[in-house]
Amino acid sequence: MDKQEVRQVVLDIIADVALDEDVSNLKDDVALRDQLDLDSMDFLDIVMELKKRHQIEVPQEDYPQLASMQSCVEYLRPKFQ
Amino acid sequence: MTSQTTHTFDREYDTIVIGAGMSGLGAGIRLAMFDKKVLILEKHSISGGLNSYYTRFKRPFDVGLHAMTNFSPRGERKSPLGKLLKQLRIKHEQLNLSEQKHSTIVFPDTKLSFTNEFSILIEEIAQKFPHEIDGFLKLVDEIKNFNEVSLKNEYQAAKSVVSTYLKSETLIEMIFCPLLIYGSAWEDDMDFSQFVIMFKSIYLEGFCRPEGGVRTLLNLLLETYEQRGGELEFKHGVEKILYDGKKVIGVQTTKGEKIKANKVLSSMGAPETYARIDEQEKKTSAQTGRMTFTETIFITDKKPSDFGFHETIYFYNNRNKYLYRNPQTYYDDQSAVICFPNNFQDDDNPEGIIRVTFMADYTHWKKLLSEDRKAYREKKKEMGETAYDVVKKLLPNSWDAKIECIDTFTPTTIERYTGHFGGTVYGSPDKSRDGTTPYQNLYLCGTDQGFLGIVGSLLSGISMANLHVLSQ
Repeated sequence: MDKQEVRQVVLDIIADVALDEDVSNLKDDVALRDQLDLDSMDFLDIVMELKKRHQIEVPQEDYPQLASMQSCVEYLRPKFQ
Repeated sequence: MTSQTTHTFDREYDTIVIGAGMSGLGAGIRLAMFDKKVLILEKHSISGGLNSYYTRFKRPFDVGLHAMTNFSPRGERKSPLGKLLKQLRIKHEQLNLSEQKHSTIVFPDTKLSFTNEFSILIEEIAQKFPHEIDGFLKLVDEIKNFNEVSLKNEYQAAKSVVSTYLKSETLIEMIFCPLLIYGSAWEDDMDFSQFVIMFKSIYLEGFCRPEGGVRTLLNLLLETYEQRGGELEFKHGVEKILYDGKKVIGVQTTKGEKIKANKVLSSMGAPETYARIDEQEKKTSAQTGRMTFTETIFITDKKPSDFGFHETIYFYNNRNKYLYRNPQTYYDDQSAVICFPNNFQDDDNPEGIIRVTFMADYTHWKKLLSEDRKAYREKKKEMGETAYDVVKKLLPNSWDAKIECIDTFTPTTIERYTGHFGGTVYGSPDKSRDGTTPYQNLYLCGTDQGFLGIVGSLLSGISMANLHVLSQ
């Protein structure tokens, strides 16, 4: 998967988790928390969805890697190979 | 001592949830959403637990619902309601919430009205207790900044905290009145965290009602749970929680079936849960709460609004002090909560409805019911008449509606349908805030985890499922 595809995967998940929020103008280098109303419950959901849809495990100590879209893509891309 | 019995199981699940009330369904949906094999066992033939419904006199009745607290508008995502909708992936508009008009706390010499607009209560206090308004605003600041849902909060008596801000006994009693009767398992006082939860949910957020009552919400939850692949069995109570000396390994149902599970999430209450563990494995106990209630529901041919009466809920107290405690008799007729479900913004009820709740003593009703059924029925009737007298004092003088039918429940009714010892509504005073028990793989959710009300219970189920199953 290329970067753009991984980005789309994450975006689809965020759109489902953050029901009725506009995710079309997300800035990749800004923390997701600062752009969307995401709390720790939502991050758990993102992790759970990654596991459910793509069998990707994100251990708790790696949650900070999911802070921004850019760091998500960098962290997750190798896991999609 | 440990029991060495080897069990043969009929079936196996990741998680068994005991009870299909709000918290059980909330937990179930979360678990099913992430592909856990989950089974909810419910002893009754319908869902809802303490917030269920029934049909009598060919009319639909809600069991406990006066109002849903924690109203927040669509788009608000950080509020408890917003969080729970997000977690369950339910849209705000699916609930069709209708807000209250206004409610009033009625004491012998003073009244305080409030709506879902908090500034109204501030104005009322400024006008009626001018010396207290500064203290009240400081208290509100502390409340707003307090993290009431932290699972680590220690017990702190709420009245002692509040009295550092307010001097007037009457004002303190008035503020506490709705909060105690809508959610305290403790008599006369409550835990400060609980106080903050209730204060936010009632005064800062406010009352609303789903169109069609609690059924709308329950149907939505059941549908969501089913779509996510969760299993639910009605008329299956849990007789025993099976413990192998190290951990909980499953349950035995009232039908004698043994079902294996990695985790058991119980919403049946702390004392009720612990009573299902083998006596020889006893590690803990929880007190049975002393607070319980009666309710009389009047269906009338006309609606309160036909007489220009628009109150949604009246918190009535005829004493200078508010006695939130077991009355040591059948019921306390000197205070009551009176709900007028017609008086939400949208009224979908064809007839008038008035619900009158009294504090009650379980022991009196239980004794009467077991000794003399006829006397029990007479007592219910007498209580209904007393309740109607209280209502008439509060309604306009022109009120002349005809009563079409009356239904009453007592603490023994609550016990029969929910299985709660002592007919409690707010459970045991011994809460387990983080949901853990001394038994590995057994967790509590719902009332005795400590989040209350419809929104609170749902969040309890959600957060316990998140914490003890999904993040593991």
